Amino acid sequence: MSNTFLGMPALPVYGHGNLNATEPFPKAAHRELGNDQLRANLGHATHTIRDKRLRVVSELPDWEEMRNAGSAIKNATMANLPVLLEQFEANFTARGGIIHWARDAQEANEIVTALIRETGESEVVKVKSMATQEIGLNEYLEEQGIAAFETDLAELIVQLDHDKPSHILVPAIHKNRSQVREIFLREMPVVDPNLTDDPARLAEAARTHLRKKFLSAKVAVSGANFGLADTGTLTVVESEGNGRMCLTLPETLITVMGIEKLLPSWTDLEVFMQLLPRSSTGERMNPYTSLWTGVTPGDGPQNVHLVMLDNGRTAALADEMGRTALNCIRCSACMNVCPVYERTGGHAYGSTYPGPIGAILSPLMTGIKSEENNSLPYASSLCGACFDACPVKINIPEILVHLRGVDVDSKRSARKIPTQMDVIMKAAEWAFSSGSHLNILEKGLPLGKLVAGRDKVIKKLPGMGAGWTQSRDIPAPPTQSFRQWWDKEHQPESGVDHQSTTPEGAQA
Amino acid sequence: MSAREDIMNRIKAALHDAPQAPVIPRDYRRSSAMTAAQRLEQLVDRLIDYKANVFVVDAADAPVKLAELLAGTGSIVVPHGLPEEWLSALKHDGGTLVVHVDSPQRRLTTADLDSVEAVVTAAATAVSETGTIMLDGSDDQGRRIISLVPDRHICLLRAEDIVEVLPEAIARLEATRPQTWISGPSATSDIELERVEGVHGPRTLDVIILR
Ligand code: SF4
Repeated sequence: MSNTFLGMPALPVYGHGNLNATEPFPKAAHRELGNDQLRANLGHATHTIRDKRLRVVSELPDWEEMRNAGSAIKNATMANLPVLLEQFEANFTARGGIIHWARDAQEANEIVTALIRETGESEVVKVKSMATQEIGLNEYLEEQGIAAFETDLAELIVQLDHDKPSHILVPAIHKNRSQVREIFLREMPVVDPNLTDDPARLAEAARTHLRKKFLSAKVAVSGANFGLADTGTLTVVESEGNGRMCLTLPETLITVMGIEKLLPSWTDLEVFMQLLPRSSTGERMNPYTSLWTGVTPGDGPQNVHLVMLDNGRTAALADEMGRTALNCIRCSACMNVCPVYERTGGHAYGSTYPGPIGAILSPLMTGIKSEENNSLPYASSLCGACFDACPVKINIPEILVHLRGVDVDSKRSARKIPTQMDVIMKAAEWAFSSGSHLNILEKGLPLGKLVAGRDKVIKKLPGMGAGWTQSRDIPAPPTQSFRQWWDKEHQPESGVDHQSTTPEGAQA
Repeated sequence: MSAREDIMNRIKAALHDAPQAPVIPRDYRRSSAMTAAQRLEQLVDRLIDYKANVFVVDAADAPVKLAELLAGTGSIVVPHGLPEEWLSALKHDGGTLVVHVDSPQRRLTTADLDSVEAVVTAAATAVSETGTIMLDGSDDQGRRIISLVPDRHICLLRAEDIVEVLPEAIARLEATRPQTWISGPSATSDIELERVEGVHGPRTLDVIILR
């Protein structure tokens, strides 16, 4: 190893903040599944967005070419990340922007707080950002006596109701219009008492509620969808105009962005601004996209900061199999096609990043041993729908399987005595390693029938098998195996030694 | 060690296997296969789909069209570089319309902008396939704030600035200029996925395309 590696921190350094499940996925999922409204709304939302996405994607003759380019651009970004970060920094700084680096959630929160304090303000407006949700910025600011106002309609609903987002794209999808109306009537200081539950009226109430805030805000906090290394440009993609308000009106703009959000060049944006809107909201283009490069004299915020966040991203990068999870552009297409997510919703995943991508990204960033995140890689049937939908072709099922392996290995190495699972797996390894081994085992099949008794079902398995029979019965096994049946049905004709014609028979 | 150094070192260590950057296959469409008339037609179709109001007129008729759209309006703001002739028909409406000019010498305040009814700007370019109009802060488009705060945005676009696909627009635009890409008026689908046009950005978008 060359001497540039001297003094290097031990890898990997994991992330903190809202990345952890606080209970295992099966438990959380069980509870969320009991929420009928959530399930109905989510089912409706995921199917509607999924259909829209398919329509606008099939419109383009070169969608696959675009996915290939997108995937390659992101892989190139990760491979050249140190150089690209330096290039981005130089360009953004040359135009008057100021860059800060944050190793983890805590450090990022401290930097943002200090920057707000410098302005003398105690209020900020915020535009929807997953990075700031990941680091728990709002809660941190509140502890520091700074009020952060979410301005995206859905985030506003969730914030006013002291709730959590259930979907990264439509965070308030678990609320119906009548509930939104109630929340507005209850929580907005000035609101028309005759407010109806018509979405247009509700949107108007949000406009009125936030307008004064926007027009008087001195500080805004945002995320960023892309950072372009060769120009130092930042991008925010949105629909409502709240993003434009936050990015244009205040004097100070503080953006928090993960280090993986870079693209090598301005030209690369031509790929991603086609992939993202179509995959995300199923639109040909989102209503508004803002781009800024440092400070533009006389136009927009004159005090422009960017916090570059690690918080476990380098840990994910260190996993050769898992690092492509960092290619994610947070479009939510994988969630909308996921049969598990469609039923459990985002809350069940615990982390800021739910759904198939969350099931790999969260444990990669926190480490598989972290709290309950080790159950996330199992929150999938490995059907592969996410891989097909992903605009940057992240092979989520493959990474899920890889992480399951990492999880099993990490538990094994932590124990001295083998578990039941280890014993069963060892036994299975022996049984399936040769036909003769399996033959011996299959001789025991009639035993199963004996256990099952007259009603021909097994109601309770012993040991860890009990989990399987907790809420279902197992039919009694047949008295003979397929292989035994085959052998009986295919007795060798006279003179032909059937056994020696099969490799397996040759060993018998 | 600074956080920057620390993170850089973590990244270098994470890339211990020295992954190779792949060659980027750019065989997606990067130029238009359409005629100018087709692009115009496609853009109009997309903008209407987004609930924008679209008017296609001969360049010479732009002032009249603009005056027609602004009938009954009390005040507007325009960037200092907006072509004078576009406003020429407004001069004849008896002086009831107040035209504020935003310039580097005289910048309107947020409160000023909040009290005007509409903004009139030009555009840098537009992408017909996605129905997107790009503003880049040139003198005929002005500061980002002026096309944001007023509730109505009237945008004049020259037909020759319409391209078909996004890569063509990217090639025309300068990355480091402050940009706003607009595809219809502001919208939200946050409540039960029902699309509502008009939240925080201008609730009305009128596009006059000059042939
Ligand atoms: S993993 Fe792919 S499909 Fe899922 S959110 Fe990320 S980019 Fe979209």
